[in-house]
Amino acid sequence: MCNDRSTVQNRARILYILASLLPISLCVAAGVGAYQILPWRIPPVLFFREDGFEVFIYVRFPRVILSAIVGSVLAISGATLQGIFRNPLADPGLIGVTAGAGLGAAVWIVLIGSGFFGIWGVPIAAFTGGVIVTIAVWKIAQTHGQVLTVTLLLAGIALNSFAGAGIGLMTFLADEEQLRSLTFWLLGGFGGATWRLVAVTLPVAIVGGIVLFRLARALNAMSLGESEAYHLGISTESLKRWAVFGVALTVGAAVSAAGGIGFVGLVVPHLIRLMGGADHRYVLPGSALGGAILLVLADLFARTVAIPAELPVGVITALLGGPFFLWLLMKFKKEVVYG
Amino acid sequence: MVELVAVGYRIGDKWIVRDIDLKIEAGQFWIFVGPNGAGKTTLLRLISGELSPTTGRIRLFGESVSKYSPQELARQRAYLQQKRDVNFPFRASEIVLLGRHPHLNGAKESPADLAIAQEAMEQVQAEMFAERLYPTLSGGEASRVDLARVLAQEPELFLLDEPTNHLDPRHQVQILRLCRSIAQSGKSVIAAVHDLNLASMYAEHVLMLRQGIPIAVGPPALVLTPQQLETTYDVPFEVKRLSSGRLVVLPLPPGSKPKTGALKSVSN
Repeated sequence: MCNDRSTVQNRARILYILASLLPISLCVAAGVGAYQILPWRIPPVLFFREDGFEVFIYVRFPRVILSAIVGSVLAISGATLQGIFRNPLADPGLIGVTAGAGLGAAVWIVLIGSGFFGIWGVPIAAFTGGVIVTIAVWKIAQTHGQVLTVTLLLAGIALNSFAGAGIGLMTFLADEEQLRSLTFWLLGGFGGATWRLVAVTLPVAIVGGIVLFRLARALNAMSLGESEAYHLGISTESLKRWAVFGVALTVGAAVSAAGGIGFVGLVVPHLIRLMGGADHRYVLPGSALGGAILLVLADLFARTVAIPAELPVGVITALLGGPFFLWLLMKFKKEVVYG
Repeated sequence: MVELVAVGYRIGDKWIVRDIDLKIEAGQFWIFVGPNGAGKTTLLRLISGELSPTTGRIRLFGESVSKYSPQELARQRAYLQQKRDVNFPFRASEIVLLGRHPHLNGAKESPADLAIAQEAMEQVQAEMFAERLYPTLSGGEASRVDLARVLAQEPELFLLDEPTNHLDPRHQVQILRLCRSIAQSGKSVIAAVHDLNLASMYAEHVLMLRQGIPIAVGPPALVLTPQQLETTYDVPFEVKRLSSGRLVVLPLPPGSKPKTGALKSVSN
């Protein structure tokens, strides 16, 4: 079994490389922009409060950190959804969880307002919307104990358009100020990143991330099928409940911080699997790191490609993710036809 | 080891299995036969604890099945599923290692676990594709890997739903011989098998089901008689005993009568 050991070492190496790329990409992204701070100027700027200290601390840093958190949780929840649905095409955006969380946030902003629960109101509402949609997708997509790709994607279309209609209704009902915060969710992006937002998002993301990380082993067994997982000693009902809870929590946090950003949850777990295989004990941490790096760089690109204008980061991820999704579909088609 | 008393399982108004009384001891090798939809898989799933019987009771190792947690059950019995699809690029060796899951208690696989998985793969001659990706294996190769996973689980009771499916004759024979030697080592094996000749060659005990109801229980020679086979499968059968003592079970075109005395003429 020496081969097995080298697989494990190889995975550890990939995780180390990703873990060292993350701070590098954070520093580069924090420095680049309308106001340039080259990476080797970061220490003097930080310690001696040279020019750019304010930009760095109050604008760039919360932004890159928030995009890292959001990318990380979107990728983990994508990997978890793929594992639990046993379907490589599941993604929080595609199957409507993101839209459901967005609808929750919109309903909260327009109908309930910011009075209740303070800064936690929107995340709680987004979480609730995420839970409802995740359970709905699960119920709709499951046919005779298995989840067919067709039903999964159709359920996603239905729930996305339903949530879209709900969000449309909320924009119709919203007043001037509510509309401004709503538009933010519709576009998605990190333009509104503040330390306060980081402080709200980070704990939720950490709790959700811990919940999902603990499922890694059970998700491995789950890839054999639900009843096989049961026969291997997994309590599949409790696994599903925890997965729905964790996904809704993390996607809710991501949506309430940055709106609906698609395809991160689809693309990243696939890249990680291509590099080192399918063991969720490796895929989940790998996705967390990879998702963070990808979204930090996507956001960097979004805000620098047309300075001083800013593209919505969702456009960039969709630009990357759309073709990737098509490629996956083609591959899937080939397997169905020739397999 | 396994005891079923008046077990029945119903979905809606339809009884999938009914009136099952069965006692399976340690060291026995049982084969369940019967047409498609006869309830073989349902019966295996009932014994495994995955389904709860509508009527009657099932005891495993002296306790009611419902008393065990999924993990406790997984340490005692393993289940080989008929249909499987894995959509992710797991290596065959990783699939086999999943069999160790119930014994790990959340720890990492130890070298001992790796050795058990390795040995299990050798037993079903799957070690040559240990490092291949499971989704790229052929049906027969995947079957052997799955069987290795079940062996790596080291249960007292093996529940195998069509373990010989997709296999060529050589591997079919090998797998059933393996089942018999597992039983001889003091464990119990229950397998649902479609091939009646293989069943008669290897099983000590056969349960023949039709529409969820047991038609016959006992040693192959007493269960696999032309009359009972015709009742079960709705086609005539010819059963011959070869000079070696083995039974040959042959379905005939519907309507044709087996030659009378065929059994006698060969058995002398």
